[in-house]
Amino acid sequence: MSSEPLLRVENLKTQFFTESGTVRAVDGISFEVNEGEIVGLVGESGAGKSVASMSLMRLVEEPGEIVGGEVTYKGETIFGLEEGPDGELRERDDMLSESEMRERIRGREIAVIFQDPMESLNPVFTVGGQLREFIEINRDLPKDEAKVEAVRMLREVGIPDPEDRYEEYPHQFSGGMRQRVLIAMALACEPNLIIADEPTTALDVTVEGQILDLVDDLQDRYDTSFIWVTHDMGVVAEICDRVNVMYLGEIVEQAPVDELFYETKHPYTDALLDSMPRPDRTVDELDPIEGVMPEAISPPSGCRFHPRCPDAREVCTRVHPDTLEVDRADGHPHRAACVKHDVFDVGYDESAPLEAGDEAETDVGGAATDPEEDPETPVEEEQASTDGGERPEGSRSSSDHRSDVGEASEASRKPENEPGGGESRQ
Amino acid sequence: MATTESQLDDQQPDAEGGSADEEFEARVGWRYTLKKVKRDATARIGLYIVAFVIFIAAFAAIDSNLSRLTFGALSDYTAAQALPFFDHPTRIPPPGEGNPNQPPMFLDGGTLSQPLGTDPQGRDYFTRIVYGSQVSVSVGLAATAIGLIGGTIIGSIAGYYGGWVDDVLMRSVETVYAIPPLVLIIVFTVFVSGGSPDIQYAVIGVGIAFIPVFARIIRSRVLSVREMDYIEAARAAGVKDRNIIRRHVIPNSFAPVMVYATLQIGVTILIVAGLSFLGYGAQPPTPDWGEMLRIAHGRYMHSNIWLSIWPGLAILVTIMGFNLFGDGLQDALDPRIKN
Repeated sequence: MSSEPLLRVENLKTQFFTESGTVRAVDGISFEVNEGEIVGLVGESGAGKSVASMSLMRLVEEPGEIVGGEVTYKGETIFGLEEGPDGELRERDDMLSESEMRERIRGREIAVIFQDPMESLNPVFTVGGQLREFIEINRDLPKDEAKVEAVRMLREVGIPDPEDRYEEYPHQFSGGMRQRVLIAMALACEPNLIIADEPTTALDVTVEGQILDLVDDLQDRYDTSFIWVTHDMGVVAEICDRVNVMYLGEIVEQAPVDELFYETKHPYTDALLDSMPRPDRTVDELDPIEGVMPEAISPPSGCRFHPRCPDAREVCTRVHPDTLEVDRADGHPHRAACVKHDVFDVGYDESAPLEAGDEAETDVGGAATDPEEDPETPVEEEQASTDGGERPEGSRSSSDHRSDVGEASEASRKPENEPGGGESRQ
Repeated sequence: MATTESQLDDQQPDAEGGSADEEFEARVGWRYTLKKVKRDATARIGLYIVAFVIFIAAFAAIDSNLSRLTFGALSDYTAAQALPFFDHPTRIPPPGEGNPNQPPMFLDGGTLSQPLGTDPQGRDYFTRIVYGSQVSVSVGLAATAIGLIGGTIIGSIAGYYGGWVDDVLMRSVETVYAIPPLVLIIVFTVFVSGGSPDIQYAVIGVGIAFIPVFARIIRSRVLSVREMDYIEAARAAGVKDRNIIRRHVIPNSFAPVMVYATLQIGVTILIVAGLSFLGYGAQPPTPDWGEMLRIAHGRYMHSNIWLSIWPGLAILVTIMGFNLFGDGLQDALDPRIKN
């Protein structure tokens, strides 16, 4: 925290206005990215990681909208609201315009590596042509120089015979090769920050290992900062410097990577770690997280994790914990959003423990009648059935709306209730 | 055919191994598509008819020496006379050597030098039929191109932006769509030409009448293409919307429109011939098949039925050719149909 961070996100909120209600995909997250740092954004599918990362580029699509918060990049306001004279929130004057975003930020300053290497290259365009297009527009190079640069980048990311491969089409590349091309595309524009949206999820572990090594290597050389979006704690342990754990649109824990793994402060992070094999611990059996993540359309009252939390107490159904600093490590704060830490002082120790299941349900119902309840509490019937593990019908419309296109990867960008990549599977 | 297929199969492991090899590349290119079209017997016939008609139209126009060799009676024409088909005087065929209303060569009174006989003005009918192919092919291509280009621009913009842009564009296009095409074209032709209809107005009218269909087809494709990750990737890299549409959206949405356009050429030729027949298209003495039918069917239907049969046959064969080819192209581009 010596100087101004490269990117600062404060209380960012992104919502999707669907027919079945408002989906609070990202609900007030704050984090920072310093120069030369790899910051992890971890969570189950549907936690809002991808939406959060697209919000940073202001590329959230209809019916989604950034509704609050502030995103500052190198002192420039990517997103910011202020109260207008009529009391309505409006975009601040110093906020970058759409054309400034396109010409100065996207690609040039912040680049994205997408999740699905099979879908992220235009099939009717040569690989080299796409790479060259990106270099041309973001580095103002003439065509022939851009081509030389494109070939150099292909070699840099380990594509054999880059001159020949330059002329080939995406379908002639394997998944790992395409992912390398995507990395080349992101790096070729020489950005200061790269958002990597689950770039290794679609790859098998050997290729994943190679890609991670490659990124590590390139990051050393180019000193690029990364936001690494993933659901894989193994990947986090391998490359991240600091980690943000997301649950249902919120950051529940924020810590340097070693801190997070060895001094875990939030039960959700704990549960995530328990649900996957770790080389540093021997356990008889893995301990999956019970249930599925509720819909972001009707998040549980109080702490959003309480219906699935092993440590939940009565107070958790009432009090919504902010992400507060509970410890410090290596000059970085360790923040967690769990009332069991002393800083919250809401009477966790005195509160009666909750057992998972039916008791939680009744408690949620009881909490709803509480007049001092969080005003944002949604419809309770739906809530109860969500707790019971059933999906309210029609509540998937936000994702269906996209998946009718037939793009699984697209669908997963929207909040969805699938148990993520293995952490919570039974 | 069998050898081609086994060759392709043999090549696959190589292709996956990463070495660039032409056979594999050909599986996506248009050359491969053409190969697939040729495998289908009916599509092959269509392809040959289309090639034949285009060949005739092109050579009757370009090479007067060749036409002398090939087409006999066409020798009176020069290339300069034949080329600009919108320009009336150059298209006036010289008076025939034979008598007016001479029957075809296989009937009594027919001569070899005028194989299809002559028209009531004594002009060689074979020459007129051949020159009619120029009119028909250029009319088919031009009108379809107007519909294709207009529809692609409107449909891709509407589909890519969505929202009110989509509403405004598609609703106005659908308004055009709601008017019966023949009425629309006739009214347009009469108005734009200021009361003296001619074929170029008919072509533009037909092209405009086809814009809605093309726009709807391409829009439906764009709606799915715009959700692809590579579009998002392009946006995240700061590519301008215009370039995203031009370089990423349209090329990926184009295949179904292309097929439809091929089928549409035949339809266009038919409609323009119909317009000429009704008097709203080509005007005499333009050697347009529809216009020839109009002259023929009235006074001469009983005295010389061949005047109606030749242009009718020409229209039939040409349209059948384009339709068979279009169908074959559709099958060839549809990955679900394996042959």
